[in-house]
Amino acid sequence: MKKTIYFSLICLFLSFNALADDGTRKPGGDLKECWEGFNKATFSLNQTLDGILFEPLAKGYRYLPSPIRTGTSNMVSNISNLMTIPNNLLQGDFKSAANNTMRLVVNSTLGILGLFDVATGLGYEKLDKEDYGQTLASWGMEPGCYIVLPILGPSTARDAFGQAISFFGGDPWYNITSENDTRYFKDSDYFFSKMADGIDFRAKNIEAFNSIKKNSIDFYASVKSLYLQDRERKISNSGIITDALDDSDWEDIEIN
Amino acid sequence: MKIKNLILFVFLLIFSFSNVTFSKEPAKFIGEITSEASSVLASEDSKENKILKLKKIAENNVDILGIGLYSLGKHRKTINNDQKKTYNKLFREYFLKSFSNRLVDYSDPKIEIQSEEKVSEKYTIVRSLLVATDKRPEVKLDWRVYTKDPNNPLIRDLVIEGLSLARTQKEEFNSIIVSNNNNVDALFNNLREFIK
Repeated sequence: MKKTIYFSLICLFLSFNALADDGTRKPGGDLKECWEGFNKATFSLNQTLDGILFEPLAKGYRYLPSPIRTGTSNMVSNISNLMTIPNNLLQGDFKSAANNTMRLVVNSTLGILGLFDVATGLGYEKLDKEDYGQTLASWGMEPGCYIVLPILGPSTARDAFGQAISFFGGDPWYNITSENDTRYFKDSDYFFSKMADGIDFRAKNIEAFNSIKKNSIDFYASVKSLYLQDRERKISNSGIITDALDDSDWEDIEIN
Repeated sequence: MKIKNLILFVFLLIFSFSNVTFSKEPAKFIGEITSEASSVLASEDSKENKILKLKKIAENNVDILGIGLYSLGKHRKTINNDQKKTYNKLFREYFLKSFSNRLVDYSDPKIEIQSEEKVSEKYTIVRSLLVATDKRPEVKLDWRVYTKDPNNPLIRDLVIEGLSLARTQKEEFNSIIVSNNNNVDALFNNLREFIK
């Protein structure tokens, strides 16, 4: 039933997605708002949840000894390879798939279930995470409308569809913990790992988030812009971060 | 004739010498600014004094007017001269407050300059790294330096892990203007509110 509702929502997003793309869209903040009222309400809900739950948890997490935080970060990063590897393959990036497979094998064994990042020391570089939203983008799918999801935060129709693919069997970690009944894992392992990933990310960015909030005159628009820029960078898979930027708008700014 | 030649020679000598001495390499320029800002932040000064000093650094080294025009995006072509004057004044105050607010809470940040790349006749990107601390991971910082006048390079954007502050600001301003029926005065009111 839960999956049927999710699937219906995704179909709705995609129908708006088709309407939103008129071929003239510029990268970033010019992305259409199809559900601005809903998005702003969800954004407000997420901000409230962040204030009463996620930020306090992230602040508490920071009091944990550094080795525990590093171990947690390594462990969730290691699990994310289960999602990244199939997406590397779907994008035709076999070199990264091989690198990430080696990282997963080495860190899950020598690194004791991913607690230690032994692979980097052995020359297997830590690469960006990949998901189905990025894969769909690499296949040429447009982002569609911007949407703010409850708890999950900013997204686009395409990225939300990518998340649905994960729930429909595309995420091996979800399959072995929650979807299928195995002797070794429980539902809670999946939700705990997702929660730990979110809190670890939030804890690393407390000052940055607060600074954006304090110095924005339209916080909703700032978060939207930052999310879309981050997705563009990840989709372009550029190691050099300014490669994903559009220079054209700077060229006609002449002062002296 | 000899005197004229001598004057010309001295003039050329001074001119060429001034070019060699004062032309700033973008990477060196960013290195000097970040080092100056770091020493302000690491000092025992009061928060108010630090803010004043940071504003001074920004006034001397950032192209505030250029960033302001960029941030206005497509709307810069539709506003009249009076609105432009009001905007430039408000943006300057907004930028300096926002810039110093963002920095003042950092204590003694360590920035390592890594490389520079000339991307066009007018722009060079300087790549640097904000060194990790116990609380946060290392952060990649790219500086867009306007080098049209090589003797007076100016910062036009800071790109943090691929996220451009100027572009974020431009999209934020556009959102305010568009959601107020393309009325640029709504942006002015928001800027005034922030400056208070």
